[in-house]
Amino acid sequence: MTSVHVTDLVKDYTIRNGLKRTRLRAVDHVSLELTPGRTVALVGESGSGKSTIAKILTRMEKPTAGTVAVERDDGTTVDRSAYRREVQMVFQDPFASLNPFHSIEHHIARPLRIHNRTAKGEETRERVLEMLERVNLTPAANIAPRRPHELSGGQRQRVAIARALAPGAKVLIADEPVSMLDVSIRLGVLNLMGRLQREDDLAVLYITHDLATARHFSDEITVLYRGRVVERGPADAVILDPHHEYTKLLAAAAPDPERPGRVTAADPVDRDAIDNSACYDHFAGEWREAGVPAAEAKAVTRAD
Amino acid sequence: MTNLKPTSEPSVADSAELLAETSAESGRPVRSGWRMLLPTMTPWLAIGLGLIVAITLFGVIGPYLVGDPRAIRDMGLTGPSADFWLGTTQTGQDVLAQLAHATRGSLQIGVIVGLLATALSAFFGIYGAYRGRAVDEVFSLFTNVFLVIPGLPLVIVISGFVPAESRGLWTIAVVLAVTSWAGSARVLRAQTLSVRNRDYVAASQVSGERPWRVIIVEILPNLLPVIASQFVFAVIAAILGEAGLSFIGLGASNSSTLGTMLFYAQNGFALSLGAWWWFIPPGLIIALFGTGLSLVNFSIDEIINPKLKNLRLHRKRARRAARLERELAQAARRGGPAATASKESAR
Repeated sequence: MTSVHVTDLVKDYTIRNGLKRTRLRAVDHVSLELTPGRTVALVGESGSGKSTIAKILTRMEKPTAGTVAVERDDGTTVDRSAYRREVQMVFQDPFASLNPFHSIEHHIARPLRIHNRTAKGEETRERVLEMLERVNLTPAANIAPRRPHELSGGQRQRVAIARALAPGAKVLIADEPVSMLDVSIRLGVLNLMGRLQREDDLAVLYITHDLATARHFSDEITVLYRGRVVERGPADAVILDPHHEYTKLLAAAAPDPERPGRVTAADPVDRDAIDNSACYDHFAGEWREAGVPAAEAKAVTRAD
Repeated sequence: MTNLKPTSEPSVADSAELLAETSAESGRPVRSGWRMLLPTMTPWLAIGLGLIVAITLFGVIGPYLVGDPRAIRDMGLTGPSADFWLGTTQTGQDVLAQLAHATRGSLQIGVIVGLLATALSAFFGIYGAYRGRAVDEVFSLFTNVFLVIPGLPLVIVISGFVPAESRGLWTIAVVLAVTSWAGSARVLRAQTLSVRNRDYVAASQVSGERPWRVIIVEILPNLLPVIASQFVFAVIAAILGEAGLSFIGLGASNSSTLGTMLFYAQNGFALSLGAWWWFIPPGLIIALFGTGLSLVNFSIDEIINPKLKNLRLHRKRARRAARLERELAQAARRGGPAATASKESAR
C-alpha cells in the first residue's frame, strides 16, 4: 500500500504581458496526506489551484518548491519508474480523455502493456475484459472493440477509471470525475470508485467544487482558496461546522431540504475581501497561518 | 387523380433515399479508427479518383506497351494517324510513346517529392510542437526562414549550380522538397499544438507512454487527414514545379518528364507550326492530374472539417425540396381542377 506526503507545495506561473512579467502563485504552501483506504477531498472554486495540484501529483508539472514523497508501507519510496504505475489520474472530461481514434480495448491494454502487467496477445485481452467487468461495463466483449464516441459519458468515465487502475495504481487522483456527467449517473460512478477504493485499498484525492459529493465520498476535506488551504478537517466537521468565510459561503450555496426557500448569496460577495491568510484546522481546533511552510505555521486568533 | 402520381413517385423515392442515408449514418457502428479517415464517396471524389487511377495506370503500364520514345524516323512532323495515335515530333519520334514515359517520370518526381516534403513537414511541425519550449522555438524559426525563401528562384539557382551531368531525378526531387515543406509544417504545428493539449494525450503520458509513442500512436492518427491533404497538395506542387524547371531547361538531365516534353515542343516551334498534338497532351495530363488530386483533396477537407460535409448534405436536401416543390406546383397547374377536387374530397 502506498501513501503520499505532500509538503509545502508551491507552484508559480510566469505571466508575460508584453515586456512585463508578473508571477502568479497558483499553489501556495499546500500540504496534504493521502493514506491508503482514505479519500481526501480538495474543494475550491475555479482557479483555486486544485488542478495544478493534480498536475504536480501526476508529474505533468514540476513544483516550484515543496516535495511530493510517495512511500510504500514497508518504508521504501516509489521511484521514477514505478511512479507512473502507482499514481494514476481520472480526468474531468470523459469526452476529451479518451482518444477518438482508438478502441476502448486500446485505452486499457496500453497501460497493461507499458508496465508489463500482462503478456502480449490473449492475456492482455482477457485482462482488459476483466477490467471492464470490474467497472461494471458489461458485456465487456461487446464494449471492448467499440470506440469512445459510441459510449455515453458515464460509460466513458468508467473506461477512464479502468484505465487508471489497469497498471495497478495505488494512488488515484480524481479531478472532478463526475462534474461533466448527468446528475442521474454521478452517484453510480462515485459508488463505483468507492467500491474499487475498498477493494484495492486506494489512496484517493478527490478534487471537486461540489461539497455535497465531497461529504458523501470523502473522509477528509481540504478547502482551497486562491492557492492556499483555508480550512481542513474531517468531512462532516468541515461541512456542518464551517469556520472560514469561504467555506461558509460554499456550505450556504448547497441546497438544504430542511430549509426550503434557502438563502442564496443575496449580497454579492466581494471575493477580494475574503481573507486567505489563515487556515482553520479542525484536527488541531485552531487557526493557523496559511501560505507559510507547515512547520513554521503559528497559531493565530481570529474572531470567527 | 392520375396526374398526382408523378409528383408522389419522386417523393417516395426521396424518402427512401433519405432513410437509407440516415440508416447508413446511425446504423451499424464503424469498428475501426481507420474507417473514420476514409472520405465519403461523392461524384467529385469518384471523378478525382478516376482521373488519378487512369493517369497512374497510363504512366505505369503505358511505357511497356508503346515503342521506343527516342527512335527517330525520317517522316518529320506528322499529325495523329493510325500508326501514331498522337502523331510524331519534328524528328519523327512517337508522341504517344514519349507521353507514356514522360507521365511515368512526372509521377515519380511527384511521389518522391510528396513523400519527402510530407516527412520534413511532419518532423518539423509535429515534433517541434510536441516538445514545446526551446525546440519549438528553434524549429518554428527554421520553418519560418524556409517559408519566406522565394521557392522558384532558389530552385533555379540550386539547379543551375549543380552541373547538368550530376543533376539527376533525386537532385531535383530533393531541391523541390526542401523548398516546399515549410507551409505544411506550420499548419501541422498549429494542429499538433491543439491536439497535444487534449486530455487523452495527458492521460497517455500519465500512464507512462514513451514520448515517441505518444506522438505516433496518440497524436499522429488525429492529424492523418491533414497530412494526407498536404501530401496530395505537395504532389501537385511538385509536378508543376518540376514541369516549370524542365520547361526552362533546368530539370533532371537524362530523364523525361512532361516538363521536358513541353521544353522540346517549345524548342521545336510546335506552337507556331500548329503541332497541337505535341504540346496539348502533356499539358492536358498535368492539368487533369492536378484536377484529380484537387478533387480528392476536397473530399479529404470534409474529413478535417465536418461542417463542409453538413453543408453539402444540407444543399442536397434543399435542392431536393425545391425540385419537389416545383413538381407539385407544375402538377397543380396542369391538373388544376382535378387537384383542387381531390383536395376538397380529402377535406
